[in-house]
Amino acid sequence: MQQTPATAAALALGDDALVLSHRLGEWAGHAPVLEEEVALANIALDLLGQARVLLSSVGDEDELAYLREERAFRNLQLVEQPNGDFAHTIARQLYFSTYQQLLYGHLAGGDSEFAPLAAKAVKEVAYHQDHARQWTLRLGDGTEESHARMQRAVDALWRFTGEMFLPVAGLDVNWQEMQLSWSATVTAVLREATLTVPEGPTTGAWRAGAGRQGLHTESFGRMLAEMQHLHRSHPGASW
Amino acid sequence: MATAAPHHQAAGTDAGRSGSTDDAAAFQNAFDAAVAADERIEPRDWMPDAYRATLVRQIAQHAHSEIIGMQPEANWITRAPSLRRKAILMAKVQDEAGHGLYLYSAAETLGTGRDELLDKLHSGRQKYSSIFNYPTLTWADVGAIGWLVDGAAITNQVPLCRCSYGPYARAMVRVCKEESFHQRQGYESLLALSRGTEAQHAMAQDAVDRWWWPSLMMFGPPDDESAHSAQSMEWKIKRHSNDELRQRFVDICVPQAASLGLTLPDPELKWNEERGQHDFGAIDWAEFKGVLQGNGPCNEQRITQRRRAHDEGAWVRAAAAAHAAKHAGTDPAPTREGRSAA
Repeated sequence: MQQTPATAAALALGDDALVLSHRLGEWAGHAPVLEEEVALANIALDLLGQARVLLSSVGDEDELAYLREERAFRNLQLVEQPNGDFAHTIARQLYFSTYQQLLYGHLAGGDSEFAPLAAKAVKEVAYHQDHARQWTLRLGDGTEESHARMQRAVDALWRFTGEMFLPVAGLDVNWQEMQLSWSATVTAVLREATLTVPEGPTTGAWRAGAGRQGLHTESFGRMLAEMQHLHRSHPGASW
Repeated sequence: MATAAPHHQAAGTDAGRSGSTDDAAAFQNAFDAAVAADERIEPRDWMPDAYRATLVRQIAQHAHSEIIGMQPEANWITRAPSLRRKAILMAKVQDEAGHGLYLYSAAETLGTGRDELLDKLHSGRQKYSSIFNYPTLTWADVGAIGWLVDGAAITNQVPLCRCSYGPYARAMVRVCKEESFHQRQGYESLLALSRGTEAQHAMAQDAVDRWWWPSLMMFGPPDDESAHSAQSMEWKIKRHSNDELRQRFVDICVPQAASLGLTLPDPELKWNEERGQHDFGAIDWAEFKGVLQGNGPCNEQRITQRRRAHDEGAWVRAAAAAHAAKHAGTDPAPTREGRSAA
């Protein structure tokens, strides 16, 4: 595969969407309320749609999704994190959808090859961000238990947020500015939800372990094993 | 129902409950006349208690089937072999949750609540379709479910679009549109397998072999053993008998199986020139009864997963309720102003 900055960027964004979509797909049949079965599947589908456009711009979408190994994936570690409880899923959604909203908002206004996709996706991610925000408010400012769970989730995923603002080659973005906007938005939501903004570091101690460089957390390999198993069992088959 | 039948004017008044025997007879007559005239019964109309109870049972069971029916298919979302198929499957499972929501709403127009119905599902007091107690063992099962199970559901449900109870009939119109789409996708998925590699073809045939008979059981017991059929047909909740619909389904499937390049696992299946229909082999009713009694391959697993999702989600629902109570009147998201005002 040829690696131009543009294809590297498409892979990074495509893998984010693909992997998070997969995680959300794991909720099907397990959501706390029927309306969330619909909402989580809806978000997963939007993300899968984004992934397919992005991966197809680089090569064959199925080859890229099903035949790359763990070290070749460029997604953020944040999106591969296991679902955990509903609060963990919502915290992951809040962090990531806010990032996507800012990033696609920016790309939609530019003239890069990502502008058309971003223009469509930005409408979807606005819905995702609103969904995550509403649930952060409900859980944070709900019961004592939901507050504690939401705070735990927000804290636990915090160390995966710094990676979102490491520059991605091929994307003309002011990452520092984006990080400030992201912090402002997330801080406002967390405060409104009566939650405390985490104070710990936003990246792991081993910074080189960024998913953007193909270094992932342990649960990711298992996720891929499940995702790719059938496709790999029938080489060359079409479905 | 658009016309002002007599039962409309009386409906919703106390006269229906506390009135004389004459009144009761008048309500019954008006109801019977409306049903006979193919008018729709609406939530505020008077209806016999048994009609109401039958509808609650049937619509709830239908809603439960949509919800439990998500599980065998969701089982393959994370393993779908291409991104296109994965998207199709996710959309389908999402639609099923939506169908469950329509149907619970329709049931609620009869004076019951979703929570109560879910409780009955979780405690085993209400049933769901027997078909969802079978496991999805390979990817081809997803296609077989689309083709056969959705196909059987549509055959059952299309006549329900003309059911005498308005909210149910209208829910069915929406459900059937989406189900037909799923059914075509299932057929197309099986076709891709059937025309694919030898291993894929074998996978498709194996799935059809396992899902054929359970799909025929979806139409319910034979007519002479169907407890509710006669009354339901009289009330125009049902329009055709179980055996009639089952026959119609077999006749539809035989040519489809041929064009799929797959066989149906029934040596007695053949065209009967005289009847103009297919003859087919005997259904294993002992198996059907066993599954209905809770002894199918996945009964325990399906209900346990449903209960677990519900129980593990309790704190989420409690949080949403507590938040809504705190911020009542500030819609939809709380604002600082709203909170201090509250």
